[in-house]
Amino acid sequence: MPAKLFRTVRQTSGLFILMNALLCPAQTLAQNERQAHEHPESFGLGTSPSNSELAAMDTAIRPDGKGLPDGQGSAKEGQSIYESKCQQCHGPKGEGGINDKLVGTLPEGDFPFAEKGAPKKTIGNYWPYATTLFDYIRRTMPYTLPGSLTNDETYSLTAYLLYLNKLIPQDKVLNAQSLPEITMPAQHRFKNDNRTQTDKIL
Amino acid sequence: MKRRHFLKSMTALGSTTLLATQSHGDIRYLGPPARTMGTRSIHEQLEKTLYGQMQTHALTPLQDLHGIITPSELHFERHHSGIPDISPEQHHLYIHGLVNKPLKLSLQDLKRFPSVSRTCFIECAGNCQDYFKKGPQTPLQQIAGMTSQSEWTGVKLATLLRETGLRKNAKWLLAEGGDAALVTRSIPVDKAMDDAIIAYAQNGEAIRPEQGYPLRLLLPGWEGSSCVKWIRRLEVGDQPWMTREETAKYTDPLKDGTIRQFSFIMDTRSVITTPTFPSQLEKGWHEIRGLAWSGRGKIKRVEVSTDGGGHWQPARLQEPVLSMAHTRFNIPWQWNGKETLLLSRATDENGYVQPTASELIHARGIGSLRYHNNGIMGWRVKSDGSVLYEIVA
Repeated sequence: MPAKLFRTVRQTSGLFILMNALLCPAQTLAQNERQAHEHPESFGLGTSPSNSELAAMDTAIRPDGKGLPDGQGSAKEGQSIYESKCQQCHGPKGEGGINDKLVGTLPEGDFPFAEKGAPKKTIGNYWPYATTLFDYIRRTMPYTLPGSLTNDETYSLTAYLLYLNKLIPQDKVLNAQSLPEITMPAQHRFKNDNRTQTDKIL
Repeated sequence: MKRRHFLKSMTALGSTTLLATQSHGDIRYLGPPARTMGTRSIHEQLEKTLYGQMQTHALTPLQDLHGIITPSELHFERHHSGIPDISPEQHHLYIHGLVNKPLKLSLQDLKRFPSVSRTCFIECAGNCQDYFKKGPQTPLQQIAGMTSQSEWTGVKLATLLRETGLRKNAKWLLAEGGDAALVTRSIPVDKAMDDAIIAYAQNGEAIRPEQGYPLRLLLPGWEGSSCVKWIRRLEVGDQPWMTREETAKYTDPLKDGTIRQFSFIMDTRSVITTPTFPSQLEKGWHEIRGLAWSGRGKIKRVEVSTDGGGHWQPARLQEPVLSMAHTRFNIPWQWNGKETLLLSRATDENGYVQPTASELIHARGIGSLRYHNNGIMGWRVKSDGSVLYEIVA
């Protein structure tokens, strides 16, 4: 980049070059240009965030469970929370609402989502990680009041939805240890986009 | 139309005007003085189309626009929990995780770094999701209106990551928005270091609230949902977080039973912008105009067919032809009054040719075309001069 800029200067200003040829070697000019456009080691801008500041924001959960908070809950507690805070959008027992269908399972080996008239994608038939459910519920739900759920409520709702999808029993207690241990039915199907042929990418 | 307006206003002005016109020929009236803010002419009625159960989309009227820049207020919208009202003084960008030196940057800090500007498109991965659902009387806006283009200005993310340093095992970044949904996407470090921008300006002024005010992550050529708006946090890690927006959504189930994930790049597409529904054509010369773009580089060629794919003619590409940017194409066309089908097909600099929807269905399965459907679009010209949307599959 600096070399290119230098060329532009040289092309557009003959007088400038002539003067510099007399006063200093062209290489020095190139060096000056380079220095003017290169970054310093650090611009020294910004501040160091405090640990508590970061901890307050850093709520993301990974599939290995990193980030999961203390607390626990089961489908039993989850059901009443669901009925009061989620059902109006997602319908009773996770289906039939105005927004996303949450419950639905497929027989093992059945995965018709690339076909015409495919069923709705649900937690039970499509979501690859149970941890994502906790992360998303705590992050974004309920739609009109995200951030209002406690960790126990979030564990309970996660458990209730996994229970409705026949993935865990009703009395299974979910916490930071047990949640990442759940293997979702479609997990093995997820592959990174690996298309490398740039002339025929379908 | 203009003539009618003129006559109407003459009538409204009444007999005084007529008398004056008779006596002095051409009296002109003083217009309003300068204003602190310009507005569109009252004769122009451009609007986004609202879409979605919870009104989470607004679609750009591509058929009414010229050139390659989308006016900021007509840039398409897609958000998950509404548009936040963020005070720029309160907003910071945090960079932490697998870095040597975590940073908290104010808007003022960010504006002091070397700035860059880049004109590129942002397109929702779900653009054209209703390709197979829409009837003939559908404007382009309602099918392909989730792509828009701006000149974005900000600081290169690589400049910021150079400040924080990256640990050896840094592979992914979690980008988190500051909206009610706290939308998150995992972004590969390679893209962050390549051409990602933390943008604070759009078309010369601060980013519009619905586009991410005061800060937006811009990933040129990549699906809109990865260009996280209202960005407040970047956490560096060694693996993706598998957020809802990269697992349950924005993934592509394929015919072989796998699900393609992290299909960030927007494939080459072209759309004819005019004539499209509800254009009404007369016999004679017209210019067929459109936009073409590729998430992998520059557009090299756009071909237009005016006979339903029997013959293809190269359109003129209008400068500038920028990488990962809407490129304007046009071609003169004499309509003979007979029914026909108009098509456009783009090729990018890598030699990738825009496929038909049937090729996509054959390769992936129709169910995968919820996202990343870049199939050729058709516009049927009827013998009465009407132009109708047509599914080409």
